[in-house]
Amino acid sequence: MSTVVAPNSFRGTKNLPKLVVPALLVLSSLISFGLAWTAAQASAEDETISILAVVVIGFAIFTSGLYLLSRLIEGKRKAADRIITVFVTGAFGLAVIPLISLAWIVVEKGRNRFDLEFFSSSMRNVVGEGGGALHAIIGTLEITGIATLISVPVGILTAIYLVEYGRGALARAVTFFVDVMTGIPSIVAGLFAYAMFVIFFGPGVRLGIGGAIALSVLMIPVVIRATEEMLKIVPNELREASYALGVPKWLTINKVVLPTSLAGIATGVMIAIARVIGETAPLLLIAGFTASMNYNPFDERMMTLPVFVYTSYANQGVDTQAFLDRAWAGALTLMLIVMLLNLFARLVSKYFSPKG
Amino acid sequence: MSNTTPGAKRRLGDVIFSNLTLLAGVSILVTLAAVAFFLFIEALPAFLGEQVSSAPDGFWPYVAPFVFGTILASVIALLLATPMAVGIALYISHFAPRRFAQMLGYSIDLLAAVPSVVYGLWGIIVLAPFLTPTFYWLNANLGWIPFFEGQVSATGRTMMTVGIVLAIMILPIMAALIREVFLQTPRLHEEAALALGATRWEMIKMAVIPFGGPGIISAAMLGLGRALGETMAVAMVLSPSAVFSFALLTSTNPNTIAANIALQFPESSGNYVNLLIATGLVLFGITMLVNMAARWVISRRAEFSGAN
Repeated sequence: MSTVVAPNSFRGTKNLPKLVVPALLVLSSLISFGLAWTAAQASAEDETISILAVVVIGFAIFTSGLYLLSRLIEGKRKAADRIITVFVTGAFGLAVIPLISLAWIVVEKGRNRFDLEFFSSSMRNVVGEGGGALHAIIGTLEITGIATLISVPVGILTAIYLVEYGRGALARAVTFFVDVMTGIPSIVAGLFAYAMFVIFFGPGVRLGIGGAIALSVLMIPVVIRATEEMLKIVPNELREASYALGVPKWLTINKVVLPTSLAGIATGVMIAIARVIGETAPLLLIAGFTASMNYNPFDERMMTLPVFVYTSYANQGVDTQAFLDRAWAGALTLMLIVMLLNLFARLVSKYFSPKG
Repeated sequence: MSNTTPGAKRRLGDVIFSNLTLLAGVSILVTLAAVAFFLFIEALPAFLGEQVSSAPDGFWPYVAPFVFGTILASVIALLLATPMAVGIALYISHFAPRRFAQMLGYSIDLLAAVPSVVYGLWGIIVLAPFLTPTFYWLNANLGWIPFFEGQVSATGRTMMTVGIVLAIMILPIMAALIREVFLQTPRLHEEAALALGATRWEMIKMAVIPFGGPGIISAAMLGLGRALGETMAVAMVLSPSAVFSFALLTSTNPNTIAANIALQFPESSGNYVNLLIATGLVLFGITMLVNMAARWVISRRAEFSGAN
């Protein structure tokens, strides 16, 4: 039993025992915390411990300790491997921290005003506490709804053109300009909508429909890309089987290709909606902001949820806390809508995509 | 066309439907032409040098500090985000346990779904106060570096904070793109390296990174394009001025083009609107250049890579 240690002797070096890594982790975090604590005690007037310093020092002790140990026992190459593993895992952990912090603060601060009044009243004649975001929610639903109504047919038809029909220079040009369109900054889309409407309606124009146009410019390329990907993975055998039965091309596309990729397209559309529903800058420019209800996107200013969050923060009135609370409640509502759309999109693609 | 056999009669449905899709495709070109046309028409007065009280020296001196600020903020974001994105992509593609890898990928994608106005609120209320002590420390101990010199802002509304917020915002898209490229590394290359006795890091150094190199560059360029156009987070977090300054920790920071438009536009009127639209056109030009460079890198890779 004791003579054969094949796996280890085969590699020619020893391995660190499994417990070493967690033990070192605990040890280094204790040391760095102890250091920070003594430093805080020593400076007397400032007793707060800098979390950032604790993490940085602890990480430095942990990596250098692990490297030394591994270098001595396992050799140079494995030591390098261990260090990279630590850095890569650390990079992932570091990226998750803002996500958790964001989710926490939005829920924590948003729930103060996440009540019935918030969803049932507008800000008309409200200067202090109370009031709500009903006008903003209606505006967001109408503007995003119109943008979806414009973008989905145009996007899906363009994707069908690119995948099923388009050949030659025109198709290449469309592909190229869809890429260009993907890169349009959202504020430029807002400026475009303003520049277009100002020619017809005069300076200072603010219309809900302008917001919808701006959002469509941002949404169409996303819908096209998602639909294109889905249409491309529909197997050619399906199309050929349909042609062999004498079905015309347009019916093949509508009755065979589209139903097959429907779940994927629906997912793409929902993710596209989730992306534009949180857009603030273009709506700030062209839809403007107001405290009152406005159901008509073709007339006057229209509030939307992201702009509501921004203006509640930027133009705090006399009662600062009331405005901040409303901003956070709006942020929570927005986050919930976006997360639900994302979740729903994943579920649709999981349960309705063709198995095989 | 190619779909109908020679001599076969083209059916009415086919003609209507194919022309409908053609119309949609052409509408993309028309939309982009309209974007360029309307922006240019409205920006023209500013380019022609019409006097605006907010920009006494003309258009280019007005926009120059904002161009500088836009590029500075984006470059900081890119420098912070690129190594992080490569690390995250490697973790999900090669280090994480297989069962969790996809779920971890989703959790990073969730960061991309957070609206920018929420990032703005978070940046100013959580991140800025959190970073301020570190800024004081950097200024006290590394103040001789030009980036950390000057009077530290007490609110934390600095260029550095903006760079960090932007880095977090572009991180998910970059990580997702790089992850996809890493996952396409030919399996045989990886297994060959491992079979020769390479450790995991040596395998990544020999097989994955050389394969994914162009992918990392193009992801970085696309991330840069995102950061250049980001508006609300900058508008909310930064305490803005119109200066040229490399000091990242003070309260006089060069504003970005997009944030300047968002802050000024709602209150502006007359020629000032045209001036702001002209700055938007400049931003459009910069982002388009960056995005095209990224596409060029991608297309070059598609031609020469041995995969597929």
